[in-house]
Amino acid sequence: MSAADMKAADPPVSVPRAPEGEPQLAKNVNRRPRKAGALLPYLLIAPAFVAIAAVFVWPFIKTIIMSFQDVGRRELWSGSSAPWVGFDQFTNILGDGEFWDVVWRTVAFMVLCVFATMAIGLALAMLMQRMSTWVRLLLTAALVAAWSMPLLVATSIFRWFADSDYGVLNMVLTKYLGIDAQGHNWFLDPKQGFVIIGAVVVWGAIPFVSVTLYAALTQVPKELEEAASLDGSGTVGIFRYVTWPVIKPVFQMVATLSVLWDFNVFGQIFLMRGNKPEPEYSVLGIYSFEKAFESNSFSQGAAISLITVLLLSGVAVYYLRQLLKIGEVE
Amino acid sequence: MSTSTPQVLRPDRKKSRIGYNIAGLVAFVLMAFPVYWLVISALRPNAEIRSYDQTLWPSSITFDNFSRAIKQPNFGTAIESSLIVCGVAVLGGMLLATIAAFAIGRFRFRGRKFFMIVLLVVQLLPPTAMLIPIYIQLNDLGGLNEYWGVIVIYLVSTLPFATWMIRGFVINIPQELEESAMVDGCSRMGAFWRVTFPLLAPGLAAASIFSLITAWNEYLLAYVVLQDNDKYTLNVWLMNFTTSRGIDYGALMAASTLIAIPVVAFFLLVQKYMATGLTSGAVKG
Repeated sequence: MSAADMKAADPPVSVPRAPEGEPQLAKNVNRRPRKAGALLPYLLIAPAFVAIAAVFVWPFIKTIIMSFQDVGRRELWSGSSAPWVGFDQFTNILGDGEFWDVVWRTVAFMVLCVFATMAIGLALAMLMQRMSTWVRLLLTAALVAAWSMPLLVATSIFRWFADSDYGVLNMVLTKYLGIDAQGHNWFLDPKQGFVIIGAVVVWGAIPFVSVTLYAALTQVPKELEEAASLDGSGTVGIFRYVTWPVIKPVFQMVATLSVLWDFNVFGQIFLMRGNKPEPEYSVLGIYSFEKAFESNSFSQGAAISLITVLLLSGVAVYYLRQLLKIGEVE
Repeated sequence: MSTSTPQVLRPDRKKSRIGYNIAGLVAFVLMAFPVYWLVISALRPNAEIRSYDQTLWPSSITFDNFSRAIKQPNFGTAIESSLIVCGVAVLGGMLLATIAAFAIGRFRFRGRKFFMIVLLVVQLLPPTAMLIPIYIQLNDLGGLNEYWGVIVIYLVSTLPFATWMIRGFVINIPQELEESAMVDGCSRMGAFWRVTFPLLAPGLAAASIFSLITAWNEYLLAYVVLQDNDKYTLNVWLMNFTTSRGIDYGALMAASTLIAIPVVAFFLLVQKYMATGLTSGAVKG
């Protein structure tokens, strides 16, 4: 699931656990080797494993297979086997200038969104440490409300903000800031359109980032900060040498997840442009979707998806290594 | 004169706190405004929505937008579809997730770590990348435009996260409870169902709410797979709200509010698990 698409689907950083209990537990199990029970765990994970293999692993293999075939509308409906085309799909895609435009657009959008999300998220988290309790409670309530907004609803709201005739954005610009924006269409120029889209993405991601970082900040020992301050460290020094080392693993984890989510951004653009984004609004997800479902070239779409997964695999591996390092998977 | 130092310091600190509070209030307004605007647009008269001079506060409150929204065709069937699809998917997912979580939480076996990594990796696959092969597969199996097609995909999509989350609760329940039940004559699974399972209730509730929210918020697969108007889930129904004649923003905001209310309510229930659990593993390690 993607960024604002409900952080409930977040990978498991958010699992309550008791690390202390586990090693002892392992010993208990090992002490009683029971032959008869040896098969039991496999039987227990079998249904989940088969289900995941069928709905995640097989489709992924299928994506790879399809990328080397030519599956179009005819193959889909008649069930006739698709011809093999070798690397043709890839040479076509990689040789297409439009594809590279899409890639750079996706990368640029991702970088800007991740940067904005992490910067604002960290700033808010540090603010929350310093503000009065009642302000923090108010802000937390707003964060939770924003967090729980379904992506579809959040996108509708921002679309309504940016409405050229009756949107509150143009009204505020015209009335309070003296810029004549009456009737201004934000989506005519994709740069401006992406500002609105980026705003939904960042607004939707900030709650997760700032709440997580705030929780990490509470783990920074107060005494260390005080000691550093007594030793003459300024605010920057304290942050650099005391706070940052403690929150760094969490920060990296959240930033990595943001990279994955924002690179895969789909819904916000798709819905903002009325389910039919213009070519100037294509990012990799949209491009692949349109190739498959609008042009009925399912193989092209699959090949683009595969390229996307390959581009992201480095980030995903980095994320997994972080998880393994901090012992989430013991 | 000895008290002069604190007297100098205190107003200083207070002043800086005020600065932070003001910044915090600005952040509060920016984060809350979209939600405020959603609710207020849903409740204000249509004349105010179609006005060049949007006011921050409505002149009067009306439920006209809501009645226009629910009078859109297929609202009733959309609720029904959403409930069927999400309900069955979550129940099925919980069953599979609970037994798998018991296995990885209680046993050490070859392949356990591999399975856990699989659970993580599949969550990193971009959903839009999986859409094309899943669509083709459902087409081959005759699952297009059928509830079961969507149900199966939702069930499995929520499975990795739910398994991981329930495992977190399983390992927090002392193993000794099961052992004593086994001493008293329970089988291994009997001990789990009779002793551990009831204690898992809060964890199961939280995990099923997470799954429910995820399924409830999904729109793309349903949009692609379900083609009949009377099979649309609520989200697909909402996506088809915009007509070529323009958007009835009042009704759109009202409908969006209706869809968001259950999510917000459920979210509040499990919110503490998101906030507290997030870093317990990460930072302490």
